[in-house]
Amino acid sequence: MPILVFVESANGIFKKSNFEAVSYGARIADQLRTDSFVINFEDLSDDVLKSLGDFGASKVYRVKNDSLKNFDAGFYAKVLFDIAQKLNATTVIFSFDYSGKAIAPVLAAKMNAGFVAGAIDLPMIDGVIMKIRKNVFSGKAIATYAIHSENKIVALTPNTVVPITTENRCSVENLEVAINPSDSKVKVKEVVKASGKVTLSDADVVVSAGRGLKGPENWGMVEEMASILGAATACSRPVADINWRPHEEHVGQTGLTVRPNLYIALGISGAIQHLAGVNGSKVIVVVNKDPEAPFFKAADYGIVGDVFEVVPKLNEAFKKFKSVI
Amino acid sequence: MKFLVCISKAPDTTTKIAFTDNNTKFNNDKVVFIVNPYDEWYALVRALELKEKLGGTVTVINVGATDCDAIIRKALAIGADDAVRIDAEPIDAMFVAKQIAQYVKANAYDLVLCGKETIDYNGSEVGGMIAGLLDWGYVSLASSLELNGDLATLNREIAGGYETVVVKTPFVLSAAKGMAEARIPNMRGIMAARTKPVAVVPVFACENYTTILSYELPKEKTGVKLVSPDNVDELVSLLHNEAKVI
Ligand SMILES: Cc1cc2nc3c(=O)[nH]c(=O)nc-3n(C[C@H](O)[C@H](O)[C@H](O)COP(=O)(O)OP(=O)(O)OC[C@H]3O[C@@H](n4cnc5c(N)ncnc54)[C@H](O)[C@@H]3O)c2cc1C
Ligand SMILES: Nc1ncnc2c1ncn2[C@@H]1O[C@H](COP(=O)(O)O)[C@@H](O)[C@H]1O
Repeated sequence: MPILVFVESANGIFKKSNFEAVSYGARIADQLRTDSFVINFEDLSDDVLKSLGDFGASKVYRVKNDSLKNFDAGFYAKVLFDIAQKLNATTVIFSFDYSGKAIAPVLAAKMNAGFVAGAIDLPMIDGVIMKIRKNVFSGKAIATYAIHSENKIVALTPNTVVPITTENRCSVENLEVAINPSDSKVKVKEVVKASGKVTLSDADVVVSAGRGLKGPENWGMVEEMASILGAATACSRPVADINWRPHEEHVGQTGLTVRPNLYIALGISGAIQHLAGVNGSKVIVVVNKDPEAPFFKAADYGIVGDVFEVVPKLNEAFKKFKSVI
Repeated sequence: MKFLVCISKAPDTTTKIAFTDNNTKFNNDKVVFIVNPYDEWYALVRALELKEKLGGTVTVINVGATDCDAIIRKALAIGADDAVRIDAEPIDAMFVAKQIAQYVKANAYDLVLCGKETIDYNGSEVGGMIAGLLDWGYVSLASSLELNGDLATLNREIAGGYETVVVKTPFVLSAAKGMAEARIPNMRGIMAARTKPVAVVPVFACENYTTILSYELPKEKTGVKLVSPDNVDELVSLLHNEAKVI
């Protein structure tokens, strides 16, 4: 029984999290000595879809239908349900991103599948049981789940499993499934995206600042650091609450969760609710004038100092570094 | 309009996480439980605002044992009209979703509101599952909700922005930040909550498909490496050569 991997690109371009999900599905399929099939609803070219084969997919299925241009989690789940039946698949892999979070639970209900939302490594497979680790308590602990139902759904947390390239052996095929457009209940009227800037949820580097910056007028140096490093900007919750920064930038327990390779925190105390949204970052750098700030306990590197002195100097140093490499 | 708001109990956000029974159970000794913030601040308050504007009722539903009574009273104090507690330890998200879906099938509601996720198991699962079980539309991570007759307009978070969607009731949503502002219960609300009805419903028998085998704490950081503010070049070099992140 093949493994299905659902992928959705960002405007026709596949991102690292897509490759991670494809590689994850392929490695599970290898363990089970079966195939992994990628499912995509976006009507992309053969070349673009074939690029997924570099990460081990056996085949990419393109599902073409005008009604799929409108994202509707329930409708997508229905179509995926029919595809799983048609291809005789019992396991479906998603990325634990915006579309995965929307579609996967609906599909789990339709398939009567055990679902692990937010896996952080490959499953251990023991007969029908899959044991999978995921973060719980906002990253303050890890739990090992067992899925013991026949049907299984796993959504993989981005930036946790390194994708492995393989020799491309994949073909692209159109998959015919009966789709009834009137099953779609949710209609998208408008899509609004911040253009040009690196998006926070999938940035490799995040530069974040807190109340230590004193006021919105001081964010120039934060944005400068982000632009030198090709980073996204983020902030602590009070900063968003008092409207120094847009709400989309708020990270933490009640905001966005980010897992970049590098998280730079400027003038943020490191309250537990803030850490909950960033403690999955690979490397954390903290600049804070208070040596007792709790953030230093969660940091890999730190500078005890005044952001108004340190950040301009750091920006110069980053600039110099970027100009020589 | 009949609103049903799903509320879960969650450990207070400053809880120290520890485990017992050979790391197979969460240690809830001395833990203070609160209403899961997304459920209270966003889903419940928006339902109350819409009820105040358009009329109707707001019911909160919880799948949990008697230890959930306190969070149910809190929701009633904030303004919910009545509550339902399905008397069972929640085993996993599908189990919870099946209990709630079963209840909704027997008691017509126009809108089911969940939180974005529980802050303990962080699954973002229950809402989508209820929608799947009922075959209703699902809008995940909604940051706003307006109603006009049976037509709802919502913004939902997507990568790098948001989208505006429309859907007819009945449907299910999960509520994210932006949907409403938290309300603090006042004395009158707290008094009124004592006499509001809480229906205790027996569990609907169903299987669960997942179990938690064990817990562990993440690897401790080895300790922060401090760099002098007069030597920022060293930090850049460490990030490049040692951490290999730039
Ligand atoms: C239920 C709940 C949920 C929450 N969710 C979140 C969440 O999702 N995200 C979040 O961020 N918070 C959240 N909070 C709030 C959290 O508890 C903290 O209050 C918040 O993170 C503090 O933000 P801050 O570090 O920017 O500000 P402060 O706590 O005011 O800290 C400012 C820091 O800047 C330093 N500083 C000041 N001046 C300078 C300077 N010139 N140079 C260098 N350093 C300087 C100070 O030493 C201090 O450490 C939540 C709280 C609750 C109760
Ligand atoms: N035991 C429960 N009882 C009622 N509602 C719940 C329960 N658990 C979760 N929910 C709802 O489902 C949402 C998502 O939970 P989760 O899927 O666990 O992240 C929560 O924000 C609640 O609205």
